[in-house]
Amino acid sequence: MKRIEVLGPGCANCKLLHERTQRAVQELGLEAEIEKITDFNVIMGYRIMSTPALVVDGEVKLSGRVPSVEQLKALLS
Amino acid sequence: MSELAAAPALTKVPTPRLGRWLLLALMGWIVAYAFLGRLSAWLTHDLLRLSPATHLGSAVAFFVYEAPKVLLLLTLVVFGVGVVRSFFTPERTRAILAGKAESVGNVLAAALGIVTPFCSCSAVPLFIGFLTAGIPLGVTLSFLISAPMVNEIALTLLFGLFGWKVAALYLGTGLLIAIVAGWVIGRLKLERHVEPWVYQMQTDATDVPLPSLTWDSRLRAGLDAVRDIVGKVWPWVLAGIAVGAGIHGWVPQDFMASFMGKGAWWSVPLAVVIGVPMYSNAAGIIPIVHALIEKGAALGTVLAFMMAVIALSLPEAIILRKVLRPALLAVFLGVVTAGIVIVGYLFNWLV
Repeated sequence: MKRIEVLGPGCANCKLLHERTQRAVQELGLEAEIEKITDFNVIMGYRIMSTPALVVDGEVKLSGRVPSVEQLKALLS
Repeated sequence: MSELAAAPALTKVPTPRLGRWLLLALMGWIVAYAFLGRLSAWLTHDLLRLSPATHLGSAVAFFVYEAPKVLLLLTLVVFGVGVVRSFFTPERTRAILAGKAESVGNVLAAALGIVTPFCSCSAVPLFIGFLTAGIPLGVTLSFLISAPMVNEIALTLLFGLFGWKVAALYLGTGLLIAIVAGWVIGRLKLERHVEPWVYQMQTDATDVPLPSLTWDSRLRAGLDAVRDIVGKVWPWVLAGIAVGAGIHGWVPQDFMASFMGKGAWWSVPLAVVIGVPMYSNAAGIIPIVHALIEKGAALGTVLAFMMAVIALSLPEAIILRKVLRPALLAVFLGVVTAGIVIVGYLFNWLV
């Protein structure tokens, strides 16, 4: 079961990444738990410089952009 | 097999369909833009039978011409900037800025602020990332001033409604304020007024894996930008132009001159003080600005107001308060405000 975290303090881009990630996971039929993180302390813990960001099983996969659902599916599979 | 593995075969070659489609779109754009004037005249005079001499006729003609024109310009520019931005990341910007001496750093930071993708909610992580990489406080602030203020939406709208000279002036003075304000704050040696926990954070240059982008994905990045930005902003643009159209059609010619005109010396500081706590995106404000100027408001006063609204805001101050202690935050706001006021007077004097 993958653990996916969507990092962002809550602006529109962060919400968009969250939605697209949910769709990508759904379309891939992945077993994954998706969590939206808005706490700065946790976000800084991953040492990223721009939100929104995507972390899968503790590894930062992307930061600072909102890819399309197709690109997310490629990233997650 | 993931799509990314197949990407190398596509490097440097845009998907034929996408490329052709975009070319067609561009041609359609040019045609539409060229015919706008005639379309507006036809719609207002022939279809709706409104004479340009009437208030309503004048307002409608203004709206029908300006609204599609601005939206077309926005779409083109946002697309172009979206593609340019795909070449930049905050990580890359940080790598470029680290180790540069202050004055050079200020100029580079201000310039990079325009092209680096930056969401204002990233201000804190970015600030921390820059500082812990050794980038001086002043240089970081130059970036943080230029990024929101010198944005492609503001520049496009200014270009579309006022012409390239005003847009260029805005670009130039915006960069100047970012560079000088950042440099001044650097000179003041206020590093001890940064919240101490910032320096305790470690951000090794973790280069987040960026799939090396093909031209296809860059073009798509541009399209994404159009869909996201123009899709979000168009109601504001229309509302702003509608208000502008109303002002254009109904407000008497020199109405604004009395309190926003060149004569009133206090109008610049007043406009800036009102504008600082406010926040609006450029899209809504600029069309109103356009109509105000038409009615006699001085260009400097109105542009200073606009800069104050876009560059500084209460929400941004609250976000920055997380990393800047009150004294430094106050200096930051003060220096930028002073810069804007000076620019306001300068515009009034020059234009």
